[in-house]
Amino acid sequence: MAFPHSDVTVAPHPPDQAAGDPAGTPAAPVTVKIVVAGGFAVGKTTFIGSISDIEPLSTEAAMTEHSLGVDDAGGVSDRKTSTTVAMDFGRIALPGDLWLYLFGTPGQDRFHFMWDDLVTGAIGAVVLVDTERLEQCFDAVDYFEARQIPFVLAVNCFDGVARHSLDDVRSALAVRDEVPVFYTDARHRQATKQALITLVTLAMSRMP
Amino acid sequence: MTETPVPDEREPRRFDHDLYDEESVEEARVVRPYALTRGRTRPGRSDLPLEALVRVVAGATDPVGTAERRRILDLTREQILSVAELSAHLSLPLGVVRVLVGDLADEGLVVVHTGSPAAAPPAANLKVLESVLDGISAL
Repeated sequence: MAFPHSDVTVAPHPPDQAAGDPAGTPAAPVTVKIVVAGGFAVGKTTFIGSISDIEPLSTEAAMTEHSLGVDDAGGVSDRKTSTTVAMDFGRIALPGDLWLYLFGTPGQDRFHFMWDDLVTGAIGAVVLVDTERLEQCFDAVDYFEARQIPFVLAVNCFDGVARHSLDDVRSALAVRDEVPVFYTDARHRQATKQALITLVTLAMSRMP
Repeated sequence: MTETPVPDEREPRRFDHDLYDEESVEEARVVRPYALTRGRTRPGRSDLPLEALVRVVAGATDPVGTAERRRILDLTREQILSVAELSAHLSLPLGVVRVLVGDLADEGLVVVHTGSPAAAPPAANLKVLESVLDGISAL
C-alpha cells in the first residue's frame, strides 16, 4: 500500500507570522525540525552533536504538563507525582535563513505526551536503532507509522561493525518497504548528514 | 511605567522568591503553587511550538521584572532564540517557559515568530524542503 498523501494545505510561501507586535518587526528565520528518536543510550545526542551548530542543549518537560488540561491551580495534588523527561536538541543554520532543529527524544511509549508536541510540524523522524536492543524502537516505529509521519531507520554501528543485516532489522521491525533502513554512525557528521538527507528526500516524495 | 529596581543578577532565582516581590504580590489572586506561572500550566494562547522563535521588542520595559522574565528579555535581546533554547538556558521546564513567553508576548514585550500558521507548517512546503535538502547536502 502506498503512503497516503498529507492532506495539509501547502502554502506557496511560508508566511512569517509574528504574534504580539502588529508593527513591522525584523524577519525571523523559518524554522523546521526533525525528531531523532530511539532508546536510551542509542546515540541520539551524539547524532545531533555531530552536525549541530550549537553544542546540544538539554531541556525538560514535566509529564504532567500535558496530562493536566487545567488552567488554574486545581490540580496541585496531581502534580506531586510529576516526572520529568530530558530532551536534547541542536540547531543547524541553513542558507536561505532556515533553521533546522533536531530534537532527540526517548523512544518509550510513556513519552508519547512529548512526541505529540515534537512531531507537530516536523519534517519527520530519524529512528536510531541499536540492534542489540531492537525492542527499544518498537514504540517509535508504531507511533510514526500510525500517524503517517515520514521516518527512517538508522542502524547505529557503535564500533563500525554491522552485527545484523539490514534485511534482518527490517523484518524484525516489520516495517514497510517504503521505509528506508540503513547503517549510520552517529559520531560522524557525514553519516548523520546522509541520514537527514534520506529522511528529507522521503518526506518530499510523499508530498502531493 | 517606572523602572523596576533591578536586583543583582547572580544565579537565576528559583520559583518562590518572586511570590514576595511587591509587584507580583499585587497581581496575586490565589496562592500560586506553580509560582512562576501563577498556577497555570498552559499559556493563554495556543501552545507555542518548541521551535517558535522569540525576540524582545526594542525598548521593552518589563513592569513585572521577575528574574526569569528578565532573563528571557535579556537572552532574546542578544539573539533570537527558540522556546526550547530558552527552556534550556533558564533550566526551566518547557511548560513554564511557554507560559512565561506567552505572557510576555501578550504584554507586547516580545514577538513570537511561529514560522507559519499551524495549518501549513514549513515542513509541508515542498520549496522549504528543497531548501532544507540543498542546505544539508552543502554542509
